[in-house]
Amino acid sequence: MLPDKSETIMKARVHVMLKDGVLDPQGEAVRHALGGLGFGGVEKVRQGKVIELDLADGTSEDTVREMCEKLLANTVIESYRIELS
Amino acid sequence: MRAAVVVFPGSNCDRDLAMAFREAGCQVEMVWHKDTTLPSGIDIVGIPGGFSFGDYLRCGAIAANSPICAEVKAHAERGGFVLGICNGFQVLTETGLLPGALLRNAGLKFICRTVPLTVGTSDSVYTSGYQVGQQIDIPIAHHDGNYIASDDVVAQLTAEDRIAFRYAENPNGSTADIAGILSGNRRVLGMMPHPERAADAKHGGTDGKAMFASIASALAAA
Repeated sequence: MLPDKSETIMKARVHVMLKDGVLDPQGEAVRHALGGLGFGGVEKVRQGKVIELDLADGTSEDTVREMCEKLLANTVIESYRIELS
Repeated sequence: MRAAVVVFPGSNCDRDLAMAFREAGCQVEMVWHKDTTLPSGIDIVGIPGGFSFGDYLRCGAIAANSPICAEVKAHAERGGFVLGICNGFQVLTETGLLPGALLRNAGLKFICRTVPLTVGTSDSVYTSGYQVGQQIDIPIAHHDGNYIASDDVVAQLTAEDRIAFRYAENPNGSTADIAGILSGNRRVLGMMPHPERAADAKHGGTDGKAMFASIASALAAA
């Protein structure tokens, strides 16, 4: 069932990336593949993930940050950025 | 002694682990991830290998936030013993009971083969049946076994003699060849290789058997 729009008028987009300095073998494989396709000059590729959340109106950025700290990101290896709209 | 083996949706080494504990003389109870208590009188909790919750989000992340894991954490914080193997090791790092994290193998491939490990310490109930420096052959089967921790954490693990096992030939890019580590009180062990898959002659190897034997004898005497 689709969520009731009146209750989910807020969206958060969470970007999760491996921290700088943490080797990203998947990004490295993508970089190799781009080179194989003839794209020159790709110095570095980092692969992350984007998590989109539909939230009840009034959900605070602090709550989303708590979601990131508790589950969405592993802050030992990952950093995150929150976009609210 | 009594052992509990936690079962998550997607666990696939739970019965192997229970069998290894039983063969060593332990009484074993299986515990479902939605359970909110451990059976009373449990000495050791086993977190088995597998693909809990389909490895969604990150390996072990959703399992680490399941109801039973709050209890496993409390058990460990009371000084209880916890053994996490493969996905179980990933769960233990996600709960924060062990430091560091496990990333995709450096070579990107899922690796399933028996590898040589070097025993790093014999000072734990898990490793007292081995000699420091002894080489043992234990199977690995993982896609995300590349152990990563900061230089400070690795220095601390080394200084406190908490590196239980190292890969003799690093298969996955793990920092400092680390295959398994102990908690500060030496009662929680997380390791990527599968000792429960080398605990019976029919497995093709028995180098993991000493781990379950030493756990059983140490905890029976406790």
